[in-house]
Amino acid sequence: MNTMKQKSSENAQPASAERRRFMSVAGATAAGLAIAPGVMLVEVAHGRPEDQPASSAVRWGMLVDSTKCATGCNECVSACSTENGWTPVAESKHPKQAPQWIRKLELQDPLTHHETNLPMMCQHCAEPPCVDVCPTGASFKRADGIVLVNRHTCIGCRYCMMACPYKARSLVHENLHDTQKPDVPRGIGCVESCTFCVQKVDRGDGTTACVEACTAAGHNALVFGDLNDPESEISKKLREIPTKEVRADLNLNLGVRYHGI
Amino acid sequence: MKRLVALGAVILTAAALAWAGADAPARTGGAPKPVIVKAVKGERCVESNEFMRRNHMKVLNHQRDETVIEGIRTKKFSLKQCIECHASEKTGSVAASKDDFCVSCHSYAAVKIDCFDCHSTKPQGSMAMHPLNAESAHYAHKLAATAGSKISAEEMAKVAR
Amino acid sequence: MASITFREVEGSSLKYWLLFGGLALFVLFGALSWNYMHHHGHVVTGMDNQVVWGLPHVFAVFLIVAASGALNVASIASVFNKPMYKPLAPLSAILALALMLGGLLVLVLDLGRSDRLIVAMTHFNFKSMFTWNVFLYSGFFGLVGVYLWTMLDRSVKSYSKAAGTAAFIWRLVLTTGTGSLFGFLIARTLYGTSMLAPMFIILSFAYGLAVYLMVLTAAYAWSGRPLGDAVMTRLKNLLAVFVAAALYFVVVYHMTNLYFTKDHAVEAFILRDGGTITSLFWIGQILIGCVAPLVILLTGLSKSRSWIMLACLMIVLGGIAQMYVTIIGAQAWPLDMFPGLKESSSFFDGQIHHYVPSTPEIFLGLGGVAIALLVTTFAVKVLRLLPESLDDATVAKLEH
Repeated sequence: MNTMKQKSSENAQPASAERRRFMSVAGATAAGLAIAPGVMLVEVAHGRPEDQPASSAVRWGMLVDSTKCATGCNECVSACSTENGWTPVAESKHPKQAPQWIRKLELQDPLTHHETNLPMMCQHCAEPPCVDVCPTGASFKRADGIVLVNRHTCIGCRYCMMACPYKARSLVHENLHDTQKPDVPRGIGCVESCTFCVQKVDRGDGTTACVEACTAAGHNALVFGDLNDPESEISKKLREIPTKEVRADLNLNLGVRYHGI
Repeated sequence: MKRLVALGAVILTAAALAWAGADAPARTGGAPKPVIVKAVKGERCVESNEFMRRNHMKVLNHQRDETVIEGIRTKKFSLKQCIECHASEKTGSVAASKDDFCVSCHSYAAVKIDCFDCHSTKPQGSMAMHPLNAESAHYAHKLAATAGSKISAEEMAKVAR
Repeated sequence: MASITFREVEGSSLKYWLLFGGLALFVLFGALSWNYMHHHGHVVTGMDNQVVWGLPHVFAVFLIVAASGALNVASIASVFNKPMYKPLAPLSAILALALMLGGLLVLVLDLGRSDRLIVAMTHFNFKSMFTWNVFLYSGFFGLVGVYLWTMLDRSVKSYSKAAGTAAFIWRLVLTTGTGSLFGFLIARTLYGTSMLAPMFIILSFAYGLAVYLMVLTAAYAWSGRPLGDAVMTRLKNLLAVFVAAALYFVVVYHMTNLYFTKDHAVEAFILRDGGTITSLFWIGQILIGCVAPLVILLTGLSKSRSWIMLACLMIVLGGIAQMYVTIIGAQAWPLDMFPGLKESSSFFDGQIHHYVPSTPEIFLGLGGVAIALLVTTFAVKVLRLLPESLDDATVAKLEH
């Protein structure tokens, strides 16, 4: 049972939501019976039952291998926009005011002309400056390390946008006229950013739209998973290859790590 | 001078009242009663009608904080689930026209809600019903992407749902 | 010590009502601008996801900084026991309250969800400098209000010094908080320095006194009350010191940045290549805001009251230019996520961000200025804030 679940989340194979939920509950129960409580928590969080809160035993993170990230490829960005319902910037009437949860960043060394490609989005810091500065506490870090905006208490002051070193956040500048996805509420006057597809994570998908798209396109530049689980694919990869944090000088302990920068 | 100011105030008030009056419907029996259509899906609500009428805002508020902050996604009092059953057959929405479930009562009670500034008013899977969504490029893109890749029919069904 | 008679201004002339009506009109324009921005969202403003704080913040921060500075005249009277300043204190306090009100209104009406202001009053994150400021602003209203009360009501006059001292300390903390709104931001190259807090304090001295002097002179000229040169000379000399100190801080700030190689590019942008920002810095902030007023205030030109008024006006305009450079200039410069590398993306990474304020933003900002002046205009009519006479003989008696 346990291995089955592990396999399904690793391969990101589409299984029906009901089946997945059944498996995760069953898996958690089995694990709870068989293994020590601490270990069980980890297992629960991978395919958490819907009445359980996100657990700090898990820390979601992403590995970006910029050496595999293809020039001109925009699959991750399109997938994010589709999954989360934000209009791609190319279609926006107001490109400078259009929200972008994720974008492809092209880097060039002016001396050597070496070029690097990578997606840039919320880095899901362990010590997020946006959470520090938010006056109402609307910008917050969930127990499992995902940094989110609570739109019920966001007043649109944009101080988090001033504070974020990664330009990860956008303000919704105009009325969305009911074009939102039922799973992804977002609205005028509030700030938003990458959520690590929290709706998918909570559903037990164990992956994000951008990772799925990158894998489907055959690039495999993105890996998503639990940084606290030494056996997760991402943890294993991070042990193998050298990675860096963007603006590591700020010491924010990022959830997104880059290889090849 | 003071008289002039006072006169101005009176004129403005009168004009405002006249303007407000012009909008109101013919006053035969007060405001029109809300239209409460039986939910399209489901046999009965998660609690009694009596309870929901008085407490829906409390349970929704409680649930929203649990869901957003802690990630608890139980269905019983989730707004998404409300919409799932109560979206009208005509508009596919709980708040698109004045007779839709949420709007109808809330305009009668004159209680302004901002839920739908951010939340979709339609159940999941109704994307195609909305002209803006159906024609939107993200949907087209997703279809194109799924057609061109190895993603299974099951996955497509999930996206559509 | 000779006593001073305070009296309300008559406020029944056509000129008074014209002033009142003119200011009210600008308040109305401000309200309409807010309504328009609130209805359509920030899409109708010049602000975007690059320059997230625009002209409303420029006005708001200027007014808030000037507010705490306007209180200084009162502080000199009560905290530093200078009797000459005593009759000037009530106007100083009311002006501080009025400017603070104007600034805060602009600030909150520019929120993406200004309808949710109540959330900002009920949900607090105490690590946020903004939250601290919410308390600092409320405390300012409370303390300055009490201070004003002790000045106007004889029965509580004995508490005036205590209230004045509390208000003075509070305003220093408040401006530290305003400067730290920017000083506590790690992301942007031009922020993230404790230098901004003391710099904002000294700026507040200059802006606040300049506004105070203009309002004082206008009030006395328009109400036909005598205002002697003794007061003017004292205040304009003080103003010159403040402006010089402000200039000193600006020089130290930029010199420090110029020494660090990592900041050369951004300094080149502000000081040389920034187009509008560079013009606003050299012509607005330095020339109009500092150098020209210093020349006027320190030379024989300042014997003329019109020249002093011109200097004050220039300090205010230069101050707004300085806030523009500080707030917009710092955002116009892109975030440096990968030092040494050239960045480009669909999200305008690696490029200079251009900002053009829209009409509603301008009127929202001016509305804040108008409401501050409107409150002051009304207050001097209904409260005994202004001495009947500030001629040299009356003032001279106070000194002995």
